[in-house]
Amino acid sequence: MENVGIVGIGWYGFSTNVHDLSFREMMFEAAQRAFYDAGGMNPREQVDAFISCQEDFWEGISISDEFAPDPVGGAMRPTMTVAGDGLQGLAHGFMLINSGVADVVVVESHAKPSDILTFPEIVELAMDPVYVREAKIPNYHFIAGLDATKFMHRTGVSREDLAEVVIKNRASGLKTGRAPHASLLSKEDVLSQEAVVYPLTRVDIARPVDGAVVVVLASETFARKFNDTPIWITGIGFATDNSNLELARLGDALYTRKASSLAFSMARLESPLKVNGLFVDDRYSYKELQHVEALGVTNVAEKFREGYFHEGSYLPVNPKGGHLAKGYPLEASGLSLVLDAVEYMREGASSAIVASWRGIPTFTGGVAVMQR
Amino acid sequence: MKTNLKFRRVAAIGAGMTPFRRRMLETPQEMAWEASRRALDEAGLELRDIDCVVIGSAPDAFDGVHMKGEYLAHGAGGVMRPSSRVYVGGATGVMTAIAGWYHVASGMCKKVLAVAEEKMSTGRPHPQAVFRYIWDPITEKPLNPNLIWIFAMEMHRYMFVNKVSKEEIALVSVKNKRNAASNPYAQLGGEITVDDVLRSEVLVWPVQLLDVSPVSDGAAAMVFVDGDIARRYTDTPIWVEGVGWTLDNTSWPNRELAYPRYLENAARMAYRMAGIERPQKEIDVVEPYDPFDYKELHHLEGLMLAKRGEAPLLLKEGFFDKDGDIPSSPSGGLLGVGNPIAAAGLMKVISIYWQLKGTAGKMQVKRPVHTGVAQAWGDLMQASTVMVMRN
Repeated sequence: MENVGIVGIGWYGFSTNVHDLSFREMMFEAAQRAFYDAGGMNPREQVDAFISCQEDFWEGISISDEFAPDPVGGAMRPTMTVAGDGLQGLAHGFMLINSGVADVVVVESHAKPSDILTFPEIVELAMDPVYVREAKIPNYHFIAGLDATKFMHRTGVSREDLAEVVIKNRASGLKTGRAPHASLLSKEDVLSQEAVVYPLTRVDIARPVDGAVVVVLASETFARKFNDTPIWITGIGFATDNSNLELARLGDALYTRKASSLAFSMARLESPLKVNGLFVDDRYSYKELQHVEALGVTNVAEKFREGYFHEGSYLPVNPKGGHLAKGYPLEASGLSLVLDAVEYMREGASSAIVASWRGIPTFTGGVAVMQR
Repeated sequence: MKTNLKFRRVAAIGAGMTPFRRRMLETPQEMAWEASRRALDEAGLELRDIDCVVIGSAPDAFDGVHMKGEYLAHGAGGVMRPSSRVYVGGATGVMTAIAGWYHVASGMCKKVLAVAEEKMSTGRPHPQAVFRYIWDPITEKPLNPNLIWIFAMEMHRYMFVNKVSKEEIALVSVKNKRNAASNPYAQLGGEITVDDVLRSEVLVWPVQLLDVSPVSDGAAAMVFVDGDIARRYTDTPIWVEGVGWTLDNTSWPNRELAYPRYLENAARMAYRMAGIERPQKEIDVVEPYDPFDYKELHHLEGLMLAKRGEAPLLLKEGFFDKDGDIPSSPSGGLLGVGNPIAAAGLMKVISIYWQLKGTAGKMQVKRPVHTGVAQAWGDLMQASTVMVMRN
């Protein structure tokens, strides 16, 4: 398969409440920045297909796909929606280019959780209506609590380790302009917090954030028309482990295992230790270590305690702060990690892996291997 | 649009559907599985043979489940493999097939299961209520429009610009319900007359009850495989030769409603890929999207199978009948088979697939067919998806 280059990327928001712009205006701003980043391209003439990633219930609009084309320049063009995480959209863009139907594809995703008044109720609607929803769960974080406990029991990761993840990521976020939840915390600050659902406290749980991200993809033939130093996606995969909570095997990110095996074989990458950085979903502190483990890194607890994943060490994980510092922009979460990875590689690193997750209550995620 | 044909050949080798009914007792997951099982059976495959799953479903609010793709993954066989949901409103059904095509054509997967499902019966008080929230929240929602209103505007505009009468349009309903009588999956097949349509209840003038497709539950599934391995499973693979899709802008009030320009774009993309230069001469059978009877005529024109405003005349002459020059909706279409939105779109592709394979049974058209086109339409009268297949 042909490599696909990221030739432009733009973002807007990453604020807890973008009160002065609608989601469509945020999409437009992010798209403008992405097209500027891709050498000032004209989307009306130079883009072959557009993909938007969104879900109706997050938008509060039925058939929210109707609003996809205008802000990104996709009207009267092949535009479609992938109802999933931005990284799944990226994979669809990758496929459109490799199928020969397009040379340049724009992938967009956005989130405006500040408009959602009943966030936990919306999450509850994603649960099985027969088996799970009827249980009237008071707090959807309980799924993460179960998952975390099982993961910690299996791998020996301790509550202190989770606190260290929180400290590392929230501090790393101070280096970017996109991290409203970045802060300098001490271990006591984290450990003294009351548990929301054991073993997770308020600071272990990332918060939703408003944001839009637009990525411009181009085939090998076309990439250098727009950018001298494209970031290549050499492998990409996504997978669903299970869609039913009652049948899921908790404690292990099987979706990341499956997705990474697809992406690594496509990229001919033998081991995740051979890249310069990992950008993994850390909506809950334990998820960072769980995803790193599922990418194929063994003994995560020991490695983490040795400082393996800290910045400046062998394999920095979320050196831009991850979701704990930035918040997670719903379906744009995967693209926000891609954005971090692209920035990181433009600063000099030569390769990175991105691993996304769709959040509670799903068992779906994607993995992309990127090289300069 | 680049369509340089470097892609791998992709074949459809199996298809399956549940019956379309007003109210199915199965859950959405169960319906998705029933259709998937039938498609796998026809292809001679098991679920373990499938590399990737593509899911299509229209508004989440119908099934009342957020992240419906995740929920359906279980029934559609999308567990422990790449599984994703594509979405372009009412045009989702054919988009699901298109996504199945590019999963294979890109080299990402060898064998793909494309599944579309819709359960509208759970909508209360009526599934139409889901459409109360499809509008621009600031400029349109406060007016509380109804979907049938805006289609009434489109129908009126089509009739006015092309000087078409209600009688001429009613012929579509008569034809499709007659065709559906020989479709074992159909919900509303039967012999009706133009008079029946004209005497049916007026919903929003000029739309009457028999001008509209029913509310339905149903699921449909297809198996697409890499062309290199297709003949391992069947002697008669049906080839996907062209795909196209287009979204117009959101502001439907500014649009000329008499002609679907976005459909022409999508059709041109698909025809160019399939090497079709004279659609009316080269296409043997067509399944245009017909949630309303006028939409079939509208879409036949958009697909360039009739000149603008000429489709009603050709219909009257029998050009689009089952034994006509280009049989249109030989399955019975949405008007006859039912309209579980995404599943109805994929049903259109399946109908063409069965026609080209020669296994459509009583639905089989009289003359030999080699090139077929399936099309779907959706969003705020702005989306169209087209697929060209050959045997």
